[in-house]
Amino acid sequence: MLTALLALGTLAAVIGLVLGYAAIRFRVESDPIVDQIDALLPQTQCGQCSYAGCRPYAEAIAAGEAEINQCPPGGAATIQALADLLGQDPKPLNPEHGVHSEKTVVVIDEQACIGCTLCIQACPVDAIVGAAKQMHTVIASECTGCNLCIPPCPVECIHIVPVKATILTWTWPKPADSSTLEAKHG
Amino acid sequence: MAERANIQNASQQTFDRFYRFHGGLKLAGHRELTVTVPIAPADIPPLLVLPLLQHIGEPAEALVKPGDSVRTGQMIARPVGMVSAPVHASGSGTVVAVEPHPVPHPSALPADCIVIETDGRDQWLEAAGGLPDYRSAEPQVLLERIREAGIVGLGGAGFPTRVKLASGKRAIDTLIINGAECEPYITCDQRLMRERATEIIEGVRILQYIVQPEACTIAVEDSMPAAETALRDALEMLQETGISVTRIPTIYPTGGERQLIKVLTGREVPSQGLPADIGIICQNVGTAAAVYRAVCMGTPLLSRIVTVTGSGILSPRNLEVRIGTPLSHLISACGGYTQDVERLLIGGPMMGYAVNSDAVPVIKTTNCILAVTREEMPAPPPALPCIRCGRCTEVCPADLLPQQLYWYAHSDNYDAAQDYDLFDCIECGCCAYVCPSHIPLVQHYRHAKTEIWAQEKQRRKSDLARQRHEARLERLERIKQERAEKMASKKQALSQDAGGPDPRQAAIQAALERVKRKKEQAGVSPGNTDNLTPEQRQQIAAADQRRAAQQTGDGQAE
Amino acid sequence: MEFRTYSSPHLPATGSVSRMMGFVLLALLPGSLCAVWLFGWGVLINILLAGLAAIAAEAAMLAARRRPVLPALQDGSALLTGVLLALALPPLAPWWIPVIGSLFAIVIAKQLYGGLGYNPFNPAMAGYVVLLISFPLELSLWPATGRVLDLQDTLLLVFSGSLPDTLTLDAITMATPLDAVKTHLGLSETLSEIQGSGVFGSFAGAGWEWLNLWFLLGGLWLLQQKIIKWQIPAGMLAGLFLTALLFYAWNPDIYASPLFHVFSGAAMLGAFFIATDPVSASTTPHGGLYYGLGIGVLTYVIRTWGGYPDGVAFAVLLMNTAAPTIDYYTRPRVFGHDGS
Repeated sequence: MLTALLALGTLAAVIGLVLGYAAIRFRVESDPIVDQIDALLPQTQCGQCSYAGCRPYAEAIAAGEAEINQCPPGGAATIQALADLLGQDPKPLNPEHGVHSEKTVVVIDEQACIGCTLCIQACPVDAIVGAAKQMHTVIASECTGCNLCIPPCPVECIHIVPVKATILTWTWPKPADSSTLEAKHG
Repeated sequence: MAERANIQNASQQTFDRFYRFHGGLKLAGHRELTVTVPIAPADIPPLLVLPLLQHIGEPAEALVKPGDSVRTGQMIARPVGMVSAPVHASGSGTVVAVEPHPVPHPSALPADCIVIETDGRDQWLEAAGGLPDYRSAEPQVLLERIREAGIVGLGGAGFPTRVKLASGKRAIDTLIINGAECEPYITCDQRLMRERATEIIEGVRILQYIVQPEACTIAVEDSMPAAETALRDALEMLQETGISVTRIPTIYPTGGERQLIKVLTGREVPSQGLPADIGIICQNVGTAAAVYRAVCMGTPLLSRIVTVTGSGILSPRNLEVRIGTPLSHLISACGGYTQDVERLLIGGPMMGYAVNSDAVPVIKTTNCILAVTREEMPAPPPALPCIRCGRCTEVCPADLLPQQLYWYAHSDNYDAAQDYDLFDCIECGCCAYVCPSHIPLVQHYRHAKTEIWAQEKQRRKSDLARQRHEARLERLERIKQERAEKMASKKQALSQDAGGPDPRQAAIQAALERVKRKKEQAGVSPGNTDNLTPEQRQQIAAADQRRAAQQTGDGQAE
Repeated sequence: MEFRTYSSPHLPATGSVSRMMGFVLLALLPGSLCAVWLFGWGVLINILLAGLAAIAAEAAMLAARRRPVLPALQDGSALLTGVLLALALPPLAPWWIPVIGSLFAIVIAKQLYGGLGYNPFNPAMAGYVVLLISFPLELSLWPATGRVLDLQDTLLLVFSGSLPDTLTLDAITMATPLDAVKTHLGLSETLSEIQGSGVFGSFAGAGWEWLNLWFLLGGLWLLQQKIIKWQIPAGMLAGLFLTALLFYAWNPDIYASPLFHVFSGAAMLGAFFIATDPVSASTTPHGGLYYGLGIGVLTYVIRTWGGYPDGVAFAVLLMNTAAPTIDYYTRPRVFGHDGS
């Protein structure tokens, strides 16, 4: 009895020491989890997740304060990626935060713009060019489609337009059970 | 496993030994429909639609606008950047639009095109003329002509030829001319070799002059004896000894550039690399003929041979077609459709894609139109699950594991698919052809590839958005900081001088003292009151008196 | 004019799964007829029972999973599983043996994993092993070759478990050659002593050598028709033969000859029909060789030192677990890559 206790005890102690040593000696430095989560988010900076941007949301997820299914622009793909990263089960997108929709950008109707700069101050990625009393315009390639510029505009001159697929951005549809091809637009 | 030749420096490259690539298929040729019929010219249609992107690289930029009249051979769109090609008007007439128009593409999406309403007169631009004595010019000049002529690879890929010929990598030791038309039904290259062998050979000579290879050969399949004979006869007539003709076994897809290079030389083009990386250039016979016309006759690329074939066409044949001709026009030229036509393909039956309308135009890379009835190509049966039989692996010419690629592409596991070298797939279709479960494997791989590209694009965009957002936060933070500092220093200044002399007066006084000290230090004194003339002294004295009078007057007034 | 669009390649499809399964069933015919000749009607009854049970189980499971039933049944894979299981079972087993075996094979070893193409284990062998472990007595009663019961008596035995008064179980059953060799070797007899006892025939076990020979011929035909690849059968037979040769050369008295091993039990059936089941086997060309080798070696090990007279079923299941790893380490060098 005593021998058994001693033997197992010693074994446990030795293995514990080896594991402890390995944990320190062979440690792999990896990105902090917040950076890894942030890298998976779409960076729309829209705030639909109820945080002030993608980074705060990433921090909240890392702290366990937020669920992984709160990002509408990321959609199911982002939820799956986050689930894989964190070892959780993927969940469907929480409809309280919005729905996943096609990519859009905004366009300013230059005839109506009054040059108030309110939209410029609202844009989280500085994609609107302009100054006080000068024409404002959206740099379409930098617009993330967050739509934060639309509420501040006093003359409602900002419109949402869908991003059209071109032959260079089109993706082949995944084959269904039949092999009829249907062109995927967008 | 297929062997590789360990030839690094192929100065003695001969073509008397064939290597095998793994897999491949022996397919029925279906060529009898069109291979014995000579090429006929197709007339110019009433409307020509010329897409700005008919090649690999950047789309060309339109030089004309609606209302402009153009002549045949006139450049109507110029290349943008290095990997690009110009577009020429293939018929004379008036430009009616520069706008999106359906183009030959599996997506059926439109792209920017120049639409010309032809005037029926086919008036050619007065060109600079050809350079029949091209050996007197520098190769650079010829390369420029090839670029200006808008020549791209006519074998199907459409890579700008000028870029391919002078990629600037190591010296080229072998030039291969690809006459190995391996897809069933297509006979345009074969007819070209049979009817215009001398043009091809002259073109090859020009390519040889530019590239200076040590060995050069034209590859033809052993199922094309007439084409081979025509080429040999032409070589003999032109007394050309520097170009050989090599007959290779007919296995699909030997016509693919990488597989052809392996068969002829035993060398494998590195994955994600180019043939030029291992000292080889491969050009299609049609491209060679186009080079001849461009250099020696000064004609830009305006037309190409297109095979119009299949059981859905009444009189299948090869046509010489002006680029931009709508498919419907070609099909009418071949007698129209037969009754039960059901499928319209652009390209061959293995790698070609189906289109839902014949209103799209012929572009530089359109080598075949295949219209078939349901009887000839029945609708594929529904796909069963993969039974892991491994037949796909047996036939893959790229030595891939198509089965694994299927499992990963099917479950959206793109990382694993890339791990199994998804991007080495040449989409030849051998795997899908032999699959007993009739799984559309190639479409799975195409879907996975385009999704991966889309995801990478999205990731780059996200990274940029993150940078911009962080820069914006930094900027706002900095502005806030500066404001706070200014506020703080103002507050401090106020609190320091509370109850003392007016801080502004004190500042002025301090400034005056500073200036005085500086002057004293520098030993500077205003020098304009030295060496005064007597008149000046008088004027100064008068002014002083006036000032003194004014001051006492002021003092008295106060 | 408008057209319907399809995915490339557009040439009409060549092979099909049902054609493959059909060819395999055809190739099993010579061996099955030989089995009927050797062991009697029980073989056919087993095939019928197992085949029907398999098809019924597959139909029921597909309906329960809300998948299309008829296309899946038409591919013939369920029928083939049933037939292979039946050929592995003793012909005088009670009727519920092939039925339970088929049910387990189809429902648990195949459909619950996802159906055709998703099972990691060979369903027929999984069913066989479950029966072997659960009902060891029923699975050891092989008929005596040559003493064939007539149809009526066979039906009586299989469905009611009783024999006519004139016969006893001892009289009609006989140990298989593998079983006999194992038992006698266990009693410390040498092979030369066993030689005379009627266990051996012309070149291997009596009766069973012909059975294996017909399966070999069927398998070679399948190879010629390119339904199966040569790597797995070659690997398995090489593994079995060479391991047996090694030990036989060391001590021919207590280790049976390689020829005996290769033509006894389910060796040929296993090599050409069971191990080649594409879904659960290794899929790379070189992997097939190692996979087959592993099965051959394990079969020999179980036969010689294990607790069962024939080890093919266990060997196949064990190598099924190793198949993904074998596939991973035998990936071919891709065109244009260095081979690292």
